[in-house]
Amino acid sequence: MSDLNTLTLAQARDALRKGETTSVALTEACLAAIEGAGALNAFVHKTPEIALERAHAADVRLQSGDAPKMCGLPIGIKDLFCTKGVPSQAASRILEGFKPEYESTVSQQLADAGAVMLGKLNMDEFAMGSSNETSCYGNAVNPWRRGNDDAALTPGGSSGGSAAAVAADLCLAATGTDTGGSIRQPAAFVGITGIKPTYGRCSRWGIVAFASSLDQAGPMTKDVRDAAIMLEAMCGHDPKDSTSADLAVPDFEAMLTGDIRGKVIGIPREYRMDGMPEEIEALWQQGTEMLRAAGAEIRDISLPHTKYALPTYYVIAPAEASSNLARYDGVRYGHRAKLAQGDGITEMYEKTRAEGFGHEVQRRVMVGTYVLSAGFYDAYYNRARKVRSLIKKDFEDVFAAGVDAILTPATPSAAFGLGEMAEADPVQMYLNDVFTVTVNLAGLPGVSVPAGLDKQGLPLGLQLIGRPWEEGDLLNTAYALEQAAGFVAKPGKWW
Amino acid sequence: MSIDQSTAAKVAKLARIKVDEDALPALAAEFNTILGFIEQLNEVDVEGVEPMVSVTPMRLKRRADGVTDGNQQAKVLSNAPDAREGFFAVPKVVE
Repeated sequence: MSDLNTLTLAQARDALRKGETTSVALTEACLAAIEGAGALNAFVHKTPEIALERAHAADVRLQSGDAPKMCGLPIGIKDLFCTKGVPSQAASRILEGFKPEYESTVSQQLADAGAVMLGKLNMDEFAMGSSNETSCYGNAVNPWRRGNDDAALTPGGSSGGSAAAVAADLCLAATGTDTGGSIRQPAAFVGITGIKPTYGRCSRWGIVAFASSLDQAGPMTKDVRDAAIMLEAMCGHDPKDSTSADLAVPDFEAMLTGDIRGKVIGIPREYRMDGMPEEIEALWQQGTEMLRAAGAEIRDISLPHTKYALPTYYVIAPAEASSNLARYDGVRYGHRAKLAQGDGITEMYEKTRAEGFGHEVQRRVMVGTYVLSAGFYDAYYNRARKVRSLIKKDFEDVFAAGVDAILTPATPSAAFGLGEMAEADPVQMYLNDVFTVTVNLAGLPGVSVPAGLDKQGLPLGLQLIGRPWEEGDLLNTAYALEQAAGFVAKPGKWW
Repeated sequence: MSIDQSTAAKVAKLARIKVDEDALPALAAEFNTILGFIEQLNEVDVEGVEPMVSVTPMRLKRRADGVTDGNQQAKVLSNAPDAREGFFAVPKVVE
């Protein structure tokens, strides 16, 4: 078989089980693709020895008929996941040299399912960003380009390396994490599938924390079937994460029937934004018609507090970040600043954090510090938590009225150029998350599915939002949308 | 609400991030942009609304209060920038 790295997880799994290829061959194809894709800057720590060792072990298990579900499938891991003995830096200078003595629950579960880790993937520093431009490794690059224009585009963020790697066939799939849209926005920008499950589905243990009440891990894959396969391996109760749900994990792949007859799909009127590009609006309309044609009932719905989601997020996420990132003090791990004569421990903290954190991370930590500080806690933080309750209630009300899933655009634009937002104020960049951030605030599952190309030939995605814990049903709706949209475009190889 | 340079300096101090004097005006301006955006929340009627404390309504699990881990001093210290004699080492904190 040629081009083994271009296979989906399902295709590779089936080929492995039929004896048509080996995990070592798949892994070597991916490692070669990674070596040839330096220009994408997707893989920032490569682990070929670990990969080949696991691939050999997987081949043995496959031959002995004792192969778990993802046995022998090569994947990439976002740098936010702690991986034992392998650099895990969250794309930050402050964690330079950090090699965890432990493995995150999610990456351990993937390893237990037989998956082969190829290396660590680029991202925005501490997952704070929408363009992968805040990374200490430099930005990852989108494999897609605008027509014949060779301007470098962002793969989105924060899981930009994961998105670029999957879209460019450097790995069969990758892990991402999503705090405000960090799986779904990059997936949309590179034409792949990405799902953020319900808050509590995946253990957060061993994943570098950004905003603990919003963070969730999820898979970034070439299609919906792969998302179902990989999500199942990532989910499950973990006693080490007190917010992890003790619920059975269904066989998500078995739920992909494509039959959505009678399902009620809500179209929220508040997601029709002023100044939204016509192509996004048209794509949304097409997606609506596709689901209607597949037998779903389309219903106009209202989520009245939508416009307050971003400002709510930009109180809660920085507040939680300022608390979570307090641990980076130059004492226990990572970078410590060189101290001048007479410097005490306060100077050590201040210099270490000034040198170790990039600009965006510093800004968010300070905004978080401010909104939690005495005198402002009620005005900002508590108010935001109340508005968050209202945002969640908006969703609960439409689900209670019988809506099964909600269809929205995934992003307000196609991928933009790297550096294009450099002069914009921070709020302009935050607007990227306008359609995705509500889902994190409400703790719901959301999936981004590639649905078309814009005039410049760039992929555009649609988002489906589901009821809590019903990822199986949500993925099935996504599967129906995927089949109807028939998105098969791939970026032309220039790297 | 407008943040001046001295408030920006105070916030930087609270966050334990060293910010040079000449960077304070730009920092204060950025804070004001972001806080201006956040001000929208004042439009929302939150009378009688409970602040959200738990994303999904569930009871936290409990376990027996027993020792489940430990004896990993070397591993705990393995990533420290400065570890000596089984301890994390820091600059002198008492005179």
